[in-house]
Amino acid sequence: MARIDAENWEPKILAFCCNWCTYTGADLAGLNRMKYPDNIRIVRVPCSGRVNPQFILRGFQKGYDGVLVCGCHPGDCHYTSGNYFTRRRFLLMKRLLEYAGIETGRFQARWISGAEAAKFRDTVLKVTEEIRALGPNHRMKEADDHE
Amino acid sequence: MARTGVIICHCGSNIASVVDVERVALAAGQMPGVTYAATNKYTCSISGQDMIKQAIAEHELDRLVIASCTPRMHETTFRKMLTKTSINPYMLEIANIREQCSWVHTDKEKATEKAIDLVHMAVAKVLKDQPLFTSSIPVHKKCLVVGGGIAGIQAALDVAEAGYEVTLVEREPSIGGKMVMLDKTFPTLDCSACISTPKMAEAGAHPNIRLMTSCEISAVTGYIGNFQVTIRQKPRYVNHDTCTGCGLCEEKCPTKVTNLFDQSLSKRKAIYKLFPQAVPAKPVIDSEHCTMLKSGKCGLCSKLCPLGCINFEDQEDFITETFGAIVLATGYDLIDWAKAYPEYGGGKYANVISGLQFERLVNASGPTEGHIQRPGDGAEPKTVVIVKCVGSRDPAKAKAYCSRACCMYAAKHAHQILEKIEGSKVYVFYIDVRTPGKGYEEFYDKTRADGAVYIRGRVSKIYEEGGKLICKGEDTLIGKQVAVEADMVVLETAMEPAHGSTETAATAGVSADKDGWLTEAHPKLRPVETQTAGVYLCGTAQGPKDIPDTVAQASAAAAKVLGLLAKDELETSPMISVVDAPKCSGCGFCEQVCPVKAISMVDVPSMYNGKRVTRTVAQVNSGLCSGCGACSAACRTGCIDLLGFTNKQILEEVDALWQE
Repeated sequence: MARIDAENWEPKILAFCCNWCTYTGADLAGLNRMKYPDNIRIVRVPCSGRVNPQFILRGFQKGYDGVLVCGCHPGDCHYTSGNYFTRRRFLLMKRLLEYAGIETGRFQARWISGAEAAKFRDTVLKVTEEIRALGPNHRMKEADDHE
Repeated sequence: MARTGVIICHCGSNIASVVDVERVALAAGQMPGVTYAATNKYTCSISGQDMIKQAIAEHELDRLVIASCTPRMHETTFRKMLTKTSINPYMLEIANIREQCSWVHTDKEKATEKAIDLVHMAVAKVLKDQPLFTSSIPVHKKCLVVGGGIAGIQAALDVAEAGYEVTLVEREPSIGGKMVMLDKTFPTLDCSACISTPKMAEAGAHPNIRLMTSCEISAVTGYIGNFQVTIRQKPRYVNHDTCTGCGLCEEKCPTKVTNLFDQSLSKRKAIYKLFPQAVPAKPVIDSEHCTMLKSGKCGLCSKLCPLGCINFEDQEDFITETFGAIVLATGYDLIDWAKAYPEYGGGKYANVISGLQFERLVNASGPTEGHIQRPGDGAEPKTVVIVKCVGSRDPAKAKAYCSRACCMYAAKHAHQILEKIEGSKVYVFYIDVRTPGKGYEEFYDKTRADGAVYIRGRVSKIYEEGGKLICKGEDTLIGKQVAVEADMVVLETAMEPAHGSTETAATAGVSADKDGWLTEAHPKLRPVETQTAGVYLCGTAQGPKDIPDTVAQASAAAAKVLGLLAKDELETSPMISVVDAPKCSGCGFCEQVCPVKAISMVDVPSMYNGKRVTRTVAQVNSGLCSGCGACSAACRTGCIDLLGFTNKQILEEVDALWQE
């Protein structure tokens, strides 16, 4: 990954997408040749409920400027209830991150189904722009990682 | 040291036209742990697979990364391929550089950079992969069907006919369910009993079917192929092994009780058969009403029974058996309209009856032997009002959903009244007429041609005046208030899940929606499966439906059961949760979040300060675990991990781009 230089800075966004809905939706966006910014790197997980808060903190520590967690719509979880836990867990997570001084918007959770390719594209567009507006993530990044 | 092979697929020009695949391969070759990196035009083709197999042998590769289309496309293909090589099929990661890279980006430079990143993440993950092995679980070739209505009977017969043993559990003293209460079935008007009782008899006599009436399931443990089910046999007070069903006891019993099978329109005895064609055709004693059981006086049946079958000491019994598959066919009840609709009299007018009561009135084996008589005075009603959607499509008072079968049976009731009572008039109040089914619209048309008057609007009030029932409502097509003087009113009430069905389903690990209908695994593509593998559903337990749909769904569920029972062993996915027991604190969070009840807390012997102690730790049932990983995210000590998506692996993926 290119090193940060102030002039050509591009936000780097880490996304955790559940295998059954959002990952499929992202695939469908590809199948439909929709275009979205290339700032996003997707990690495939079986369920949004699999996403440990630690993964998000690590993302920020390592230097990602934004982290996105996406899963099936509440009520549509492939495993019945996983995304309800996600929802509750990340409401708390959001508040914790805000308390720790991370700007609102660096961490977001979204529900995108396997059919909602356009919603996936729009979400990536919107989140990328929001994080671009926030600028680079300095606060949580490990001090020794970049000079 | 790991020896990773990385294959970058061109996918013809699908990837290669946007991503510089050669540059990606070059970059991959530099990544730690990578021994071999190359590109391939069509990796999924036979020649592409041969090239990989050759590279594995030549470079002694021990794991593989393929950068290609989405893993949802060819992960299985490549895993299958690996079974023919020295590499374990689970030592494979796929970098999605087509759907999530070349197809969505246009800037070649940036797309190539992203592809390199994605390969980097996959390599980081594959380095932490470990060989996984599928295990197999035996399949107990026996099926449990819960509910002995037409759905349960059909499912049981289909499975039994295929040669497998079936236990059919019914909580009432006879199988038959609701269908056997009906008089005629729409749109063909064939007699319901004539087509359902032969099926009941067939189920009762089938060598592969064991009927368990007056029974309920009380506990289910285990998993697909191996369910341990505890069945509660309620006391019947009659020895069914010796009883011949002669009926002497029933004839002489002095206690008369409201007959619920006849929808409270008649009386039965305290020792009774549910209905004349009951299967099994043997009586039981109603312990709530039998004077002998209540006060110790009477015992007439016991004295009369020529074979000494009566046993007032009968106790409930619990039987535990193992089944490979479970079918839930728990059926429906009608809503208690009297509570929801006080404006219709709330039950105080004897001549305002439900559709099911009408079925009994018009049924040849019903309380009036098929003569339509008003329950109030036995007179033949000349003018009948039928009210549809009582409780259906009425979220303010009862249910938001459409009960689906009522439009058709309302038309059938109208037809039956017009046919049986000369000079009769029928008015049908409706919101919409919905007739989706073969021959249904034609039947409705015929009913109107016969003289039924359809009035579009809800009935707002029913009250008695001068011996008549006045039904007030609005005819919304002419925008005027109307009042119809009726001799009898039939309310076509909404279906709701049979009482206790959600609890029964929960016992088997199946959830229900907000209305209590059991939830299928997928509303379109897996309509008879549930989220619990090995448990299937059919009939009105899943939602309101008519008889043809119920029977079709029952056969579909049976087909799914047969697909399972035909196997001797089931292969289970190895990508499941594992517990590092020494680290487990036994908090039980994982048990609470598990959607499939795969985790249980068990006591294990341990040592603490040199003393023997017992610790409680989590244990994962590999047959049940569906691999969602919810437990892993909930675990406070980090002792539960998901194989194939371990914490370490995901963190490595996150870290990958900064590990140079």
